[in-house]
Amino acid sequence: MATHAAAGHHADHHDDHDHKPQGFMNRWVFTTNHKDIGTLYLVFAFIMFCIGGAMSGVIRAELMTPGLQLVEPYFFNQMTTMHALVMIFGGVMPAFVGLGNWMIPLQIGAPDMALPRMNNWSFWILPFAFTMLLMTLFIPGGAPAGGWTLYPPLSLQGGSSVAFAIFAIHMMGISSIMGAINIIATILNMRAPGMDLLKMPLFAWTWLITAFLLIAVMPVLAGAVTMLLTDKFFGTSFFNAAGGGDPVMFQHIFWFFGHPEVYIMILPAFGVVSEIIPTFSRKPLFGYQAMVYATASIAFLSFIVWAHHMFTVGMPLGGELFFMYATMLIAVPTGVKVFNWVSTMWKGSMTFETPMLWAVGFVILFTIGGFSGLMLAIVPADFQYHDTYFVVAHFHYVLVTGALFSIIAAVYYWWPKWTGKMYSEKWGKFHFWWTIVFVNLLFFPQHFLGLAGMPRRIPDYNVAFADWNMLSSIGAFGMLLTPIFMFLILWHSKKHGATATMQVWEGAHGLEWTVPSPAPHHTFTEPPVIRAQDLAHGDPTH
Amino acid sequence: MKSLATTRTGRAAAAAVLAMAAGMVHASTMPVRWQLNMGKGVTESAHNAYHAHMIALWVCVVIGIIVFGAMAYAMFKFRKSKGAVAAQWSHNTKAEVIWTVIPVVILIAMAWPATQILVKQADTSNPVLTVKVTGYQWKWRYEYVDYEGKPTGVNFVSKIDAESDKTRQLKSGLDPHAVKVGNEQTYLLNVDKPLVLPTNAKIRFVITADDVIHAWWVPALGWKTDAIPDIINDAWTLIEQPGTYRGQCAELCGQDHGFMPIVVEARPKAEFDQWLAAQQAAAAPATAPAAPAPAAAPQG
Repeated sequence: MATHAAAGHHADHHDDHDHKPQGFMNRWVFTTNHKDIGTLYLVFAFIMFCIGGAMSGVIRAELMTPGLQLVEPYFFNQMTTMHALVMIFGGVMPAFVGLGNWMIPLQIGAPDMALPRMNNWSFWILPFAFTMLLMTLFIPGGAPAGGWTLYPPLSLQGGSSVAFAIFAIHMMGISSIMGAINIIATILNMRAPGMDLLKMPLFAWTWLITAFLLIAVMPVLAGAVTMLLTDKFFGTSFFNAAGGGDPVMFQHIFWFFGHPEVYIMILPAFGVVSEIIPTFSRKPLFGYQAMVYATASIAFLSFIVWAHHMFTVGMPLGGELFFMYATMLIAVPTGVKVFNWVSTMWKGSMTFETPMLWAVGFVILFTIGGFSGLMLAIVPADFQYHDTYFVVAHFHYVLVTGALFSIIAAVYYWWPKWTGKMYSEKWGKFHFWWTIVFVNLLFFPQHFLGLAGMPRRIPDYNVAFADWNMLSSIGAFGMLLTPIFMFLILWHSKKHGATATMQVWEGAHGLEWTVPSPAPHHTFTEPPVIRAQDLAHGDPTH
Repeated sequence: MKSLATTRTGRAAAAAVLAMAAGMVHASTMPVRWQLNMGKGVTESAHNAYHAHMIALWVCVVIGIIVFGAMAYAMFKFRKSKGAVAAQWSHNTKAEVIWTVIPVVILIAMAWPATQILVKQADTSNPVLTVKVTGYQWKWRYEYVDYEGKPTGVNFVSKIDAESDKTRQLKSGLDPHAVKVGNEQTYLLNVDKPLVLPTNAKIRFVITADDVIHAWWVPALGWKTDAIPDIINDAWTLIEQPGTYRGQCAELCGQDHGFMPIVVEARPKAEFDQWLAAQQAAAAPATAPAAPAPAAAPQG
C-alpha cells in the first residue's frame, strides 16, 4: 500500500522526482527533512567555528608578545569566555548533531528522524540563542567575562550580559535535549528490520550513548545557571556564603554537567573514526563489541569524575583520592579504543585519502591529549598543572585535534554522499598537512608554558614566556586560514567536482553506501532488505 | 591618618629590609626562556609534584612509543600501494584481555605513590608559623597569625610593583623586558611587599578570599590552593633554601587577574626573626600617635 501511495504521489510531481519542497522558506525554514536539517546544523556550526576562531585570533594576537598591545584585559576575558561558549555550544555540538541527523537515518535504514517537526525546532532555536549570546558583545558592560565555567561570585559581577547568556544557555540546552530525544527515538524505533542494535555502525552507537548523556546533564546545567540567575537578580543565596550558600557547590553542579559534556563532544568523534579507519584499511573494525562496551563504560565513568576539575578547591583527602582513581580508570576503556583502531589498521590494505588522513591524525593527536589527561589526573602533579597553559594544551588537543578533526574527517568522508561530487584530493590533503603543522605549532608549546608556570586566562605574561607564546600565536594565525581552505575546497567540489559513485570509497560498507550519490531527498521510504555484505559490522559475534 | 602613618613607616622598614635582602638572595626559581619542563622547586611538596609529573610523563612516553610505533609500522607496511591484501579477522580475545589488564596494573603503580604523597600533603598539623592569606581583586593580604605559639599582629597588603603596573597598561609603550630586579626580569612577577617566610620551618597557610575566587600559587612551593570567599582552605610548606620565589594568582578573578603576583622571600630563621621584630616594632608606635594626626592633616 505504501508503494502505491508513493507511486501516486510521484506521478503528481513528475518533474520533481526528489519531492524537495519548493522555495527557500519551504525548503530550509519549514523543513522537516533530516538531510536538510543536518545541512543547516553543519552550516551553522561552520559559521560558529569561524566566529569562535576569530575570537581566538584576538586572544592569540594579544598574547603574541608581552605587554598589552591590542585590547583591555576585561575585553580579553570576554574573548576567552565567548570563544569557549561559541566553540563548544555553537561549533562542536551542533556539528555532531548535524552529522547525526544526516547519517543516522541513512545508517540504520530509517526514512527520517522519528520526530521531524521537533527536529526543525531543535535547529531553529540555535540561531536565536547565539544571536542573543553574541549580542552581549555590543551591550553596555560587554559580554560575559567570568570564563565559560561561569564560576560565582565572579560571573555574578557581570552586568545584564549574565541574564542574556543564561537565557541563551537555556535555549541551547532545550535544543540539545530535543535533539537527543530525537536521536534516541529514531535509533530505538526506526531501525530497518534486521538492523539489530549490535549490527549498527559505531557512529550510530556512539550517538545513542551520547544522547543519553545529553538528556542526563543538560538539565543539570540548566539548574546551575538558573540558580546563578536567581542569585543575581532575585536575591537568593545558592552560591553566596553570606546567605548560607556555597560557591563551591556551583562548581560541583557545573562539573557534574561539565565532565559528561566533555564526552558528549568526543564520543561521536570515536564513532566517526571507527567508520573511517575500517573503510580505508579495507578490513572490518577490530573488536566491534569491545568498542560499544568501552563507549558505554566511558559514558558511565564520566558521571563519577567531575571533581577532577576541582582538585585545588580544598576537597577532603578522601575526595581527592576517589576522584583521582576514578579519573585514572578512564584510561582503560579509552586505551581499548586506541588499541582497537591500531589493530584495525594492522594487516589491512590501507590507502590514505583525505578522510583517512584526518582520522589517523585524530588517533595520534587525541591520544596525546589523553596522555596529558592521565597526567592531570595525578593529584600531586595537578596541584602544579591546574589552571595553567598545560590544561589549555590538554583540552585543545582533545577538542581541536580530537573532536574537530573527526568532524572534518566526517565531512570529507560523507561529502560525496551528500552532494554526489568528489572534492579535490590534492587540496584536501593540503588542508590536512597545513593543519597538522600549524595546530601543533599552536598547541604543543602551550604544554611547556604551563609547566614553566604560565597561568591560563591571563592577557599578559612575564618575558620568559615570550618565545613559546610567539610560536603559539604563529600557529594560531596559520590555523585561521584553514576554514577558508575548507570552504574553497568544498565550494569547488560542489561546482566542479567529479561525479561520485554510489559506494564512493572502495572499502566502504554500510547502508548509507547503498543509496545513490547524492542521497535523494527521501531515502528508505520503504525499509531496505538488509544483506550481510552491506553492513559495516555484519557479524555481531565480533 | 593612622593608616597613612602605618604605611609610611611600613614602607621605610620594607625598603630597608629589601636592601638587606638584595645582598643575600640565594636561590631563584624564575621561569626561563624556552623552558620545557616543570621546575623542581624548593620544598618536599614541589619535589613530589615533580616526581609524580615525571613518572606520569615517562609512562606516557613509553606507551606512546609503543602505540605510535605500531601505527607507523602498520601504515608503512600494510599499504594497498605495496600490494597489501587485507586480512578479515576482527577480534582476538587474548590480545584484548592483555591490553585491558596491563593498563590497570600500570595505573595502580602510578596511583600508589601519588596516594602516599597526598596523604602527607594533607597533614597541616604542628606548624611553627601560621599565615593567613586573603585574596582581593587584585591583591593579597598576608597576616602572620601566630609564630612559635604567639600572635604577631603583623599583617600587610601585597600588590603588583609600580614598574610592572606602569608597563602593563594598554599601549604603555614601555618595554616589559626592561622591568628588572637585579638581573632578573620580573615583569608581572614582582610585588611592592613580599611575603617573608622562615626556611626550614613548617608553615601553615590558611587561605581565603574577600570578593571572588582566587588561587594562591608559587610554583617553587609545589602547590596551588583556591582562595574562596567565606571558605577557609589550608595548606602547608617547608622551604628548604633561602631565596625569592615568584608566583601568580591562578584562578580567573576579573580584569586584573593577570596582574596579582605573589612573591615569597625565604630567609634563615635568625633573619626572619629579626625581620618580624622590625615589622612588629614598626606597627606598634604607629598606633600611639593617632591623636595628633588631625593637626597634621592640613600640611598633608
